[in-house]
Amino acid sequence: MVTMNSEADKTQATNASSTAAPAKTDCSSSNSSDPLAVSIPPELEEARSAGGGGGGSASTATPSPTPLPNGSNNGVAYPETEGSSSSSSALATESSVAAVAAATSVANPPATTASAATTSTSTGTTLGAKTTAAAAAAAAATTTSSSSATSSSTAAAAGSKQSGSSSGLLTVSGNHHHHHHGHSQQQSAGQSAAQPPQPPTASALAVPATSHHQRGGKNEDAPNILVYKKMEAIIEKMQAESTGVAVRTVKAFMSKVPSVFTGADLVAWILKNFDVEDVTEALHFAHLLSSHGYIFPIDDHALTVKNDGTFYRFQTPYFWPSNCWEPENTDYAVYLCKRTMQNKTRLELADYEAENLAKLQKMFSRKWEFIFMQAESQSKVAKKRDKLERKVLDSQERAFWDVHRPMPGCVNTTEIDIKKAYRRGGSSHGTGSAGASLAKNPVEQLTRIIALRKQKLERRTIKVSKAAEALVAYYDQYNEFDYFITSPELPNPWQTDSTEMWDTEKNSKEVPVRRVKRWAFSLRELLNDGIGREQFTKFLEKEYSGENLKFWESVQEMKALPQSEIKEAIQKIWQEFLAPDAPCPVNVDSKSVELAREAVNSPSGPNRWCFDVAASHVYHLMKSDSYSRYLRSDMYKDYLNCSRKKIKSIPNLFGVKR
Amino acid sequence: MSEAAVPASNANANASEKMASLVREAENLKTKLEEERQKLNDVNLSNIAERLEQIAYVNIKPRKVLKGHQAKVLCTDWSPDKRHIISSSQDGRLIIWDAFTTNKEHAVTMPTTWIMACAYAPSGNFVACGGLDNKVTVYPITSDEEMAAKKRTVGTHTSYMSCCIYPNSDQQILTGSGDSTCALWDVESGQLLQSFHGHSGDVMAIDLAPNETGNTFVSGSCDRMAFIWDMRSGHVVQSFEGHQSDVNSVKFHPCGDAIATGSDDSSCRLYDMRADREVAVFAKESIIFGVNSVDFSVSGRLLFAGYNDYTVNLWDTLKSERVCLLYGHENKVSCVQVSPDGTALSTGSWDYTIRVWA
Repeated sequence: MVTMNSEADKTQATNASSTAAPAKTDCSSSNSSDPLAVSIPPELEEARSAGGGGGGSASTATPSPTPLPNGSNNGVAYPETEGSSSSSSALATESSVAAVAAATSVANPPATTASAATTSTSTGTTLGAKTTAAAAAAAAATTTSSSSATSSSTAAAAGSKQSGSSSGLLTVSGNHHHHHHGHSQQQSAGQSAAQPPQPPTASALAVPATSHHQRGGKNEDAPNILVYKKMEAIIEKMQAESTGVAVRTVKAFMSKVPSVFTGADLVAWILKNFDVEDVTEALHFAHLLSSHGYIFPIDDHALTVKNDGTFYRFQTPYFWPSNCWEPENTDYAVYLCKRTMQNKTRLELADYEAENLAKLQKMFSRKWEFIFMQAESQSKVAKKRDKLERKVLDSQERAFWDVHRPMPGCVNTTEIDIKKAYRRGGSSHGTGSAGASLAKNPVEQLTRIIALRKQKLERRTIKVSKAAEALVAYYDQYNEFDYFITSPELPNPWQTDSTEMWDTEKNSKEVPVRRVKRWAFSLRELLNDGIGREQFTKFLEKEYSGENLKFWESVQEMKALPQSEIKEAIQKIWQEFLAPDAPCPVNVDSKSVELAREAVNSPSGPNRWCFDVAASHVYHLMKSDSYSRYLRSDMYKDYLNCSRKKIKSIPNLFGVKR
Repeated sequence: MSEAAVPASNANANASEKMASLVREAENLKTKLEEERQKLNDVNLSNIAERLEQIAYVNIKPRKVLKGHQAKVLCTDWSPDKRHIISSSQDGRLIIWDAFTTNKEHAVTMPTTWIMACAYAPSGNFVACGGLDNKVTVYPITSDEEMAAKKRTVGTHTSYMSCCIYPNSDQQILTGSGDSTCALWDVESGQLLQSFHGHSGDVMAIDLAPNETGNTFVSGSCDRMAFIWDMRSGHVVQSFEGHQSDVNSVKFHPCGDAIATGSDDSSCRLYDMRADREVAVFAKESIIFGVNSVDFSVSGRLLFAGYNDYTVNLWDTLKSERVCLLYGHENKVSCVQVSPDGTALSTGSWDYTIRVWA
């Protein structure tokens, strides 16, 4: 059953074993800077693969026999690399040897695994816990059947989480979980059947089995997950064999550049496959895919895309940001340290990286020996790899860090909105949010939804055509005042750096005709304009009905007062306009007056909205009666003509196509 | 809205049965509602708008860049004087700019970082702000020292304060919070005048209705809903659903009879209050990032929307088409706002800058 090993899966495994990066899948875990959080024991990944084999492979850390129909789907496909079966088993052997070495170097016998993992809490013992967990997994991988290897590795991972550390082991199971969900099409049926991590048996480690599942669920509502999923769907389309972006291996001067595509090809593909308007938008789109780490330039730390012959590569799904990496500084230190060991020009540290390394060395001076060791063993593993494969892996790892520790001046796309981060924490830990408690009580939540929908059903509504006509009519009326569509009479201060428009408005006694025209749109417009309100007041006085507007204004002013002055103001309004002997009585129906009386004398004290019914009655009265008469009056017409004479200007419609 | 008291239910068969029947009822109501609304859905807004000329191009360019914040700009607000802007940032600073000259006139450092919201009082003499400190604090606009000395805490939520506005008066502040409530505060006494319970997720944005009474406002929440509230009763008077993710922004159409929303589901929507339904969706296949902030132009024809993909999209609300894209910011656009006289658009971004476009 173990025959051809898939390229992609192998990459997956080797990635995990070689990089310092994947320390954590769990976003919520603490920011402990445990030195042992840094690397993934390679054998764990192998154990997983073996476990995935469905019990068929009893041999040590044999690579997963996943029959992959299309390796290119996984981000890294090397058409060049042949004979994967043999090379990968060699690799596996190598890594398991390394693992055993690592385990023994900490001198923590596997026998103590269970107790160490479950009881250790302090940093000192956490170190033991992790290593033993790794050792346990290694032991399982080497001696037991594949399925138990899977379960014990999961258990080990859970165990080390229990001990309060952020463990590299966690990553393995976490990623594994993700990988199989995101790319199940790549998995054979037999393998996916074996996938769901088994709760650890009592014989393994006494740890809760739930942590794994919880984590999976948490990622689903991680703040950026929605957009990550959308980008990943696009990336998958891009990697489709015949319809995707053409990935090639380019023969360079002395060497080969594997699995690359050009920026121009990418931009052309986006233009062809998406409803983007132009090259600029396509390029921007490509830039976003890059800055989030899905595609990257093969030799540049700045994650951006140029529309030319520059080479780009797809990131392996293992490193996708949707896995919620929150790699720690120790991981970064190991990575940088490793780069200094690999004597290659293409791996030379950039200036900012060298600075970062120096800083980290200072920060972790006491742990440095360990970090160095980690880096060394990873580097050793890397050296055993096929040359082209190494090129790809190195670049993918570099791109991962370019996303999580971006070059100065580049955007860190993994930063999340604190509001959204808070919410996630809030829903599980409670931040005193009334909504969180509501969300936790589905019965109450449903009851609310039902109430809202009932309320909606009872509502009288108008046809969509009527509402649409009203919106279009509003535009017809206001388009000449919309400076983004129609240019103003006087130059827009922002466009011309001239404040003439504002100065005229402030100082000039003349009111432009456009403004006066606006008074006719609605009573609200008229009252919102100081001069308009003045004119209307004069008109009402002439008509001996000024008290309506006065009452309405008094109510609005009262509503805007501080609470301490409300009571007095309410009494004043009542006395002046509504009381039986009011000096300035307003023409309000008796029902509204009664409502106002009740509100004014309410035992809980009057509130600022007590005259609202009466005020809106008066408003409608003014609107339907006085206002329409004002618009027909000579007073308004004269004013309009007066301003028309003074300013002669035809609005220049440049935004609208004629 | 009827507040049916639900007894605390234990995890028994009875409860799950009740749940099932509630779910059924909710679904039935939804179906019925859709049927009812469909009866009145006689034509699309874009069909009605066919008679309008297409907006061929909008003369809008970057005019000013305001640099000075040391971290993400989270909120901005135009002064009623049409040229000053207040901005709040993750760096814990509040800056008052003369946007026209790009000069910083005042800078106040808050004892908290992540100042998520800031607002000018209608008089232009005070500003309110807050954020991760769960509080809304008022500063008088005077000298820098005096501003810090005369600040006053008006209200406190039990989670972060995400948004605040002055509803037509210097004396009141309306806030929205991560505790899923909105609240109306008396500035002078700090008294809670009214609280607004109903959302089941964090409130992300609020906007005051532009009508003559100013008694209603709209809120958008992480429960994917937008509610219209009556300030007097504290009740939801209208609710709108449809978004697939958090509603990050809500804004009244200038006519006061419709609202626009922006969401993490990367769409903006237009809901008409008279028709009581969604009348337009502004989305494109190539737009995959969330919307943080929306605002209308004076005529309501254009909707400016700031996205997490660093761009601002201009939508023709009537034809449901995108008019153009504004490039310039180098990180997420957190806030957009049209100036009070409609002559310019301000945008704030995680790239630490504020830009003015016209």
